[in-house]
Amino acid sequence: MGDFDYNIVKEAAKQLYIKALTNLPPDVRQALKRAYERETQPTAKEVFKAMFKAIEIADQKNTLVCQDTGLPIYIVKVGSGFAWNGAKIKKCLSEGAAGATLDFPFRGSSTHILTRVNPQNSVGRGLPVVYWDFVEGSDTLDILMIPKGSGSENMSTMKMFIPADGKNALKKFILDTYIASGSNPCPPGIIGVGIGGTADLVMRLAKEAIARPVGQRSEDPEIAQMEQDLEEAINATGIGPMGLGGDISTLAVHIEWAYTHITQNPVAVNTQCWPARRARATIHPDGKVEYGF
Amino acid sequence: MATYHLQTPFSEQEMRQLKIGDIVYFDGTLFGIRDLTQIYMFDQKHEPPVSLAGFPIIHTAPSLRKVGDKWEKICVGTTTSGRMDRFTPALIEKYGVRAVIGKGGQYQQSLDAMQKFGAVYLAIVGGAASLETEQIEEVEEVYWEHLHPEALYKFRVKDFGPLTVAMDSHGGHRYFEIKAEAERRLPGIYQKLGVA
Repeated sequence: MGDFDYNIVKEAAKQLYIKALTNLPPDVRQALKRAYERETQPTAKEVFKAMFKAIEIADQKNTLVCQDTGLPIYIVKVGSGFAWNGAKIKKCLSEGAAGATLDFPFRGSSTHILTRVNPQNSVGRGLPVVYWDFVEGSDTLDILMIPKGSGSENMSTMKMFIPADGKNALKKFILDTYIASGSNPCPPGIIGVGIGGTADLVMRLAKEAIARPVGQRSEDPEIAQMEQDLEEAINATGIGPMGLGGDISTLAVHIEWAYTHITQNPVAVNTQCWPARRARATIHPDGKVEYGF
Repeated sequence: MATYHLQTPFSEQEMRQLKIGDIVYFDGTLFGIRDLTQIYMFDQKHEPPVSLAGFPIIHTAPSLRKVGDKWEKICVGTTTSGRMDRFTPALIEKYGVRAVIGKGGQYQQSLDAMQKFGAVYLAIVGGAASLETEQIEEVEEVYWEHLHPEALYKFRVKDFGPLTVAMDSHGGHRYFEIKAEAERRLPGIYQKLGVA
């Protein structure tokens, strides 16, 4: 393992960004189809048809579904059997994201916070966003890539509730966040929710929630019920596709949770737009790479 | 819901027949503008080098590449219109723009100008840039090149749409209506969710 070729990781990081931007996951496509079938408003149906055409053109011409190529996020899971050099992997992810931006080429969106200068390579101080996790019993390096556009990301909310507020306050907060977002996050997308942990962990949980395949329910029955109740509540608002009115306002509500402090009950909402882009690479110790979602 | 296939330039009469919820497709000329284009026009007082009268404008910062003297499209998508609300009344009144295309809609001052002068807001499907790019046949001209990707763009388009009439010249505002309806339903939704 000492001679593992890290160029494989760099190439995977690059391919993942491009694949995510050009090829929507099958679960997202199916969820949009089901939504179209359930939708009864004629205008909303036209909106769905345009979405399908956009997906089809991107498939045929290998082009971007959406022009907002977002900020790159890599969720990395390192198997206990995968001998790894974290610093090298981190560097490869950054170089891979920059390589995708320059070679495809597409618009980079990373920008200096004060000068607003855009290096046109999608990275920079603190970017890409990289989350690390470790999996017992696996011998692979699993990388999930999510390009996150600003229309949905700008609608993120977080609040530190207290135990006395009860769980109903969380549900109300999630629904109110959705209504306040209106057409901005390009609905109907995935409503990612984090509950518990600390102020930083709760938003990370919300981000992990949007990374789940559409409609995959929480393993916890009570949380799964909350997801379903919130989906029904959001769809009852009538806000509809692109906020132009309709029966389908969200494809799914996903909740991820963690234990929290006895005095706290934090909640965070991170919405994903209808082109819920993601791509996955599984890298084996022999250097073989499998791509998926 | 009626569906219209139009040709630019648009007349006041054509715009006045449109009602919120109608679907529009069109052929012809479309001008691309964004935040900086309009700051340059209105705040820094530069007259556009081309007449916008009768034409639609779209809120975009396109990805293009220049090959020799010619601009080629890479990816053209649409951005949120709310940020550019303050420029719209003058675009309509002073420059004769007949349709504003974007996502998310604009506010009361834009709606008032649309009502007074006969213009509309057409909502595009956000996130569907591949479709939009396909419907642009050619980038005919880029004015104020130094502002790229927020310059003034002249596109030739074919079957551009579907666009939903979201603000019409009769005071109709689809987003305001949808929001009011959601608020009307909200007490019932809270009750069902058990959070009332």
